[in-house]
Amino acid sequence: MIRWIRKYEGWFGASGAICIAIGLYFGLVASPPDSYQGEVVRIMYVHVPFASTSMTAYGVLTVASLWYLWKRDPIIDNLAHATAGIGVFFTSGALFTGSIWGKPTWNTWWTWDARLVSFTILLLILIGYLMLRTFIEDKEREARYAAILAIVGAVDLPIVHFSVEWWRTLHQPLSISQRGVAIAGVMLYPLIFMSVGFYLLFTYMVGVRTQMLYLQQLLEAKKGRLLGEVHL
Amino acid sequence: MKSSSPSCTNPRSVNLSKGKKYGLIVSLIVIAGGLIYLGLGQFGQNLVYFFTPSEVVSFSPAYYGKKIRVGGMVVKGSVQVVPNTLKLNFTLTDGAATIPVEFEGIPPDLFKEGKGAVVEGYWDSQKQFHSNLIMAKHSEDYMPIEMKRAGVQLPKKDLLKTLQQ
Repeated sequence: MIRWIRKYEGWFGASGAICIAIGLYFGLVASPPDSYQGEVVRIMYVHVPFASTSMTAYGVLTVASLWYLWKRDPIIDNLAHATAGIGVFFTSGALFTGSIWGKPTWNTWWTWDARLVSFTILLLILIGYLMLRTFIEDKEREARYAAILAIVGAVDLPIVHFSVEWWRTLHQPLSISQRGVAIAGVMLYPLIFMSVGFYLLFTYMVGVRTQMLYLQQLLEAKKGRLLGEVHL
Repeated sequence: MKSSSPSCTNPRSVNLSKGKKYGLIVSLIVIAGGLIYLGLGQFGQNLVYFFTPSEVVSFSPAYYGKKIRVGGMVVKGSVQVVPNTLKLNFTLTDGAATIPVEFEGIPPDLFKEGKGAVVEGYWDSQKQFHSNLIMAKHSEDYMPIEMKRAGVQLPKKDLLKTLQQ
């Protein structure tokens, strides 16, 4: 697993950077302003990728946690741990860019509607996950408790996604849903490039972080063994 | 989850007994089920971000003067600017009922006739809504100006229909 990450992480990073560069060119230069919102709509090209990547990040965290509980492989735990940390970055990114988009369009930075609240809960769950991990001494127990927290927290994922369809919110409904795609082609291309770029960037970041956590654990184990030898 | 076995000190040896494994799975299902129930059932019905004009019109006097939000479409041709003040009068509709809104402040750029808006304020016994804050509710379709002029319709949720639900 670690060997695989070491071999391919560079490709993910490089292709992500290329996709984001193309997406930024299309989004900021080549695409037209929106008929209703004007130039402000360009914030969508970072906000939506941030948001969808953070949802995917939580999905990966859930799958990794289930996998860990099943196989008890410490590397999978490192992967889950890494995903949560990177997920905090993307989730806060989505909240910040959404706030910046909300002021000129909605006329408010923040409002207590279902989408905003459920998404903030997602961020709080991720932060809680990382905090829980620091509280527990025993490595195996830490991993197990954290995995359970992540799986229980996954209940929030469908709530975030469908909140704009189920309840009255200030946030607009889903643009891409069963109804079809409500984004014109010229504005959809930059969004796709940016989203793919963000997914690749996310994969790269998780790869790097997983290695870091793995090496940290290895170092601690070695330290422990050396100390044991000294005392003996 | 307090029932974890004390034999977990060695990270490599994990021997959950069958009973504990089932206990863990069952407790997980119970917690998840509880959260889903909270999320979809009771909680969902009480989760009202804004009222619709129809609901406001049939309010009991208990609601008068209370700070609420109302969402709807701004009726075409209803926006009247009071000269030399920051005041603005318009009507809000959900297709079935309309309410008059008296607004004082600065409306957002996206506040336009025929578009969605959520206003914050209070409803009084004179059947008049007073507000100091307008939030624009934009739809989920995005297209360039030329397409809009050409009259292209992208598949989107009908705001008026959702308000009547």
